Amino acid sequence: MTTSAIIMIIIGLGIVTYLVGRARAVTLSQGKLSNMHSRPVYYGAYAAICAMLPALAVLVVWLIAAPIVVEKAVKTSLSETTQEISVATGNLTFGTVRAIAGGLTKLTPEELARAKAGEINLREILGARGVPLASETDPAMVAAAEDYNALNATSRMAMTGVVLLVGLLGAAFGLRRIAARFRARNGVERVILVALIAASCIAILTTVGIVGSMLSETLRFFASVSPSEFFFGTVWDPRFSAAGNANSAGQFGLLPLLAGTLYIAFVAMLFAVPIGLFAAIYMAEYASPMLRSTAKPLLEVLAGIPSIVYGFFALITVGPFLRDLSANLNGLVTGNYQSFIQAQSVLTAGLVMGIMLIPFVSSLSDDIITQVPRAMRDGSLGLGATRSETIKRVILPAALPGIVGALLLTASRAVGETMIVVLAAGVAARMQLNPFEPMTTVTVKIVNQLTGDLEFTSPQTLVAFALGITLFVITLCLNIYALYIVRKYREQYE
Amino acid sequence: MTVLDTPSVARSSVTPRRDIGIKRRYAAERRFRLYGMLAIALGIIFLALLLWSVFSKGYTAFQQTTITIPVTFSAEIIDPRNQRETDPKILQAANYPLLARDALVKALGVNPSDRVAVRSVSALVSASARTQLRDLVMADPTIIGTTQTVTLLADANIDSANKGQIDLSVAETSRKVNDRQLGWMKQLSEAGVLQKSFNTGLFTSGASSRPEAAGIGVAFVGSLYMMLIVLVLALPIGVAASIYLEEFAPKNRLTDLIEVNINNLAAVPSIVYGLLGLSIFINFAGMPRSAALVGALVLTLMTLPTIIIATRAALKAVPPSIRAAALGLGASKMQTIFHHVLPLAAPGILTGTIIGLAHALGETAPLLLIGMVAFVVDYPGSPMEPSTALPVQIYMWANEAERAFVERTSGAIIVLLLFLVVMNMGAILLRRRFERRW
Repeated sequence: MTTSAIIMIIIGLGIVTYLVGRARAVTLSQGKLSNMHSRPVYYGAYAAICAMLPALAVLVVWLIAAPIVVEKAVKTSLSETTQEISVATGNLTFGTVRAIAGGLTKLTPEELARAKAGEINLREILGARGVPLASETDPAMVAAAEDYNALNATSRMAMTGVVLLVGLLGAAFGLRRIAARFRARNGVERVILVALIAASCIAILTTVGIVGSMLSETLRFFASVSPSEFFFGTVWDPRFSAAGNANSAGQFGLLPLLAGTLYIAFVAMLFAVPIGLFAAIYMAEYASPMLRSTAKPLLEVLAGIPSIVYGFFALITVGPFLRDLSANLNGLVTGNYQSFIQAQSVLTAGLVMGIMLIPFVSSLSDDIITQVPRAMRDGSLGLGATRSETIKRVILPAALPGIVGALLLTASRAVGETMIVVLAAGVAARMQLNPFEPMTTVTVKIVNQLTGDLEFTSPQTLVAFALGITLFVITLCLNIYALYIVRKYREQYE
Repeated sequence: MTVLDTPSVARSSVTPRRDIGIKRRYAAERRFRLYGMLAIALGIIFLALLLWSVFSKGYTAFQQTTITIPVTFSAEIIDPRNQRETDPKILQAANYPLLARDALVKALGVNPSDRVAVRSVSALVSASARTQLRDLVMADPTIIGTTQTVTLLADANIDSANKGQIDLSVAETSRKVNDRQLGWMKQLSEAGVLQKSFNTGLFTSGASSRPEAAGIGVAFVGSLYMMLIVLVLALPIGVAASIYLEEFAPKNRLTDLIEVNINNLAAVPSIVYGLLGLSIFINFAGMPRSAALVGALVLTLMTLPTIIIATRAALKAVPPSIRAAALGLGASKMQTIFHHVLPLAAPGILTGTIIGLAHALGETAPLLLIGMVAFVVDYPGSPMEPSTALPVQIYMWANEAERAFVERTSGAIIVLLLFLVVMNMGAILLRRRFERRW
């Protein structure tokens, strides 16, 4: 029976148990529900939980454990017959056995008999049926594959039986416990509470997963490239060379990527901060409610547009525009119509990223400016300061910590942005200061190293995880510090 | 007060007003205001430019030039040695483009022995005519030997020329459509053979290396799978987590940690989630690469913090009096929350969920890492099969060099943006319609 069928049966069992349990509770109450401790639905739910939860738990454990046990059994029987299996070839052979096992179901009994006797070439036949095999087969493998199939079938039979038995036992247990004084609601609510706690732990699990997975891959990377070469190297040249080439050791210097990341983020902030901040100030202090209610959502539309759209905009519109503009400017000044801004450049990526960040800066700062107490504003205006003087001398200094927090959050976004830089910043990893030339970022290189076919053993792919954890740590520090500042600031004025 | 004021007023009328720089200060004030207005205007201008650039390039993608001609499925070309009964591969490998070319040559009245002209003629029709005609024959081999009227896609260059996107003032040798082809196009469109019609292929086809045959249908199905799974997973988990954190959690180290964690996760770069998915779901758990399921799991983890933050805000907005009333009438805490607080918070929760989903729909970077940058031609039958997503399709097209792909990309972006607009409008309407202020 397939796993999904078993799950459907368990769910069906749960529904039936629920209905029976509820009906039983209603009968027990003898027409007066107040005789019972809980409402009938809780008795039904309690019985259903008893029926489903243990059965599902057994199912999950079985599904995880069974393949491991079967693999072990087949491997031992294989090594007894072939005698010469090391761990690596053992895994390879086992992969072939599994592929054969999948293919055997597609053979006729007659072909099967001949394959076991080693008379026909199984690889060709299975290849023709859409099951490619990595290596030639021998009769021992075919026998092992048959074993594998048989073991799997037994395991599945046993699993179906055990799971259904557990389900039925659970249902019987749950139904038997239904009694007038039985506290079904408390039981059900305890289960719900555990589920709620489990759900909120997923957030922690995600962080643990991020840190753990990246750390382990990074350590594997550092086994082949020393950390000092990675963190302080100034040359990025991972060299995807032909497989088996002995001097394929690339150079994995982080610094050019980090320089590009920070430079582009800096250019982006250069555009986003003044525009966003002035927009926020105008919105909070000057704008009429009408203007505010139209301009604010319009600016926030900018935040809702996916970054891939910005990337395309940079690639197709902004990049060529800047290139042609620079060519014309150059021509007007020197008579030589050659562009000095390249289509893919720090400026292009920074400008477009800046546009994307405007709403972040403006809405975060807007929130913070409006939190400055009315009394401070009134005091300053009452002393005769103009509005702009009030803003510059009173409101902004008061809001400064919050605004710094907001800017740090924005900066962390700029550092982690991927699609714009992938399309608009270029792939050349170099350290230079000319904003009109392409540079590359950490995120671009993560994408470059991990797209296409990959094997998880070479430093060329593992370096992406080292880059990822660097990025994660940078943004994490920015975020934690920014959130801390913003929270501090809120408390100050609450 | 009055006693003190009088002399000062009298004195000021005598001595000239002290210069406190009022003019300068007011000028500064006006400048400051102007900066503010400029900033807002710039923001809106950028938005307008962005949208204009996409729409002006993309609206033509919704039309497609087609050529409707009678095609003779001659047996000499498809199956010259009459082997199709015994060898079905003949029908697979037959020279179908020749059929389309011959049909056009006949329709245009070109001399079939003029090789240069014939080559130009065959460039009128998209190379996808091969698969189209093959599928027709494979579906019904009895049409061999008959003449059928078939609507073929025009080549991307012809399509561009027909939409007026090719600059005809450029010398003939350096443009992709020569004068002769232009003449034929005119001839064909006067005969009603060459037509512009609504581009259904854009919405139904999958990836193709030929722009005229490429569409977002397959990518859209992939996105749909992912959104459904994200909704099914992220909404219950997010709501459950928020209920615990907002209503039950004691104030201690653990819950503090969870809080800080969630706020941080909301700001982690999306590409990091891609790395997580790659190493945990694909490398460790052995799930298939390029599968919509893996993409959905990654996007779920990414969307969860957004949903949790929105849900907590919605739960917080429900006044304590509701809880007090329910508890006072003897409801348990769980009953209070599920029967009273949650329904009242539902509009806020749904709004947050829709916004989170809209975000997930447009997300590209993590999907690149888990192998969804795949050339997927067929519709994925289940979330476990290789598929791609709408934004990833846009990314792949954006990397293509051909002019016609720019149009397709913009068209796909318009579709994506329309979806986002609909989702966000839905969220706004929901909030307007159901949100209660206490």
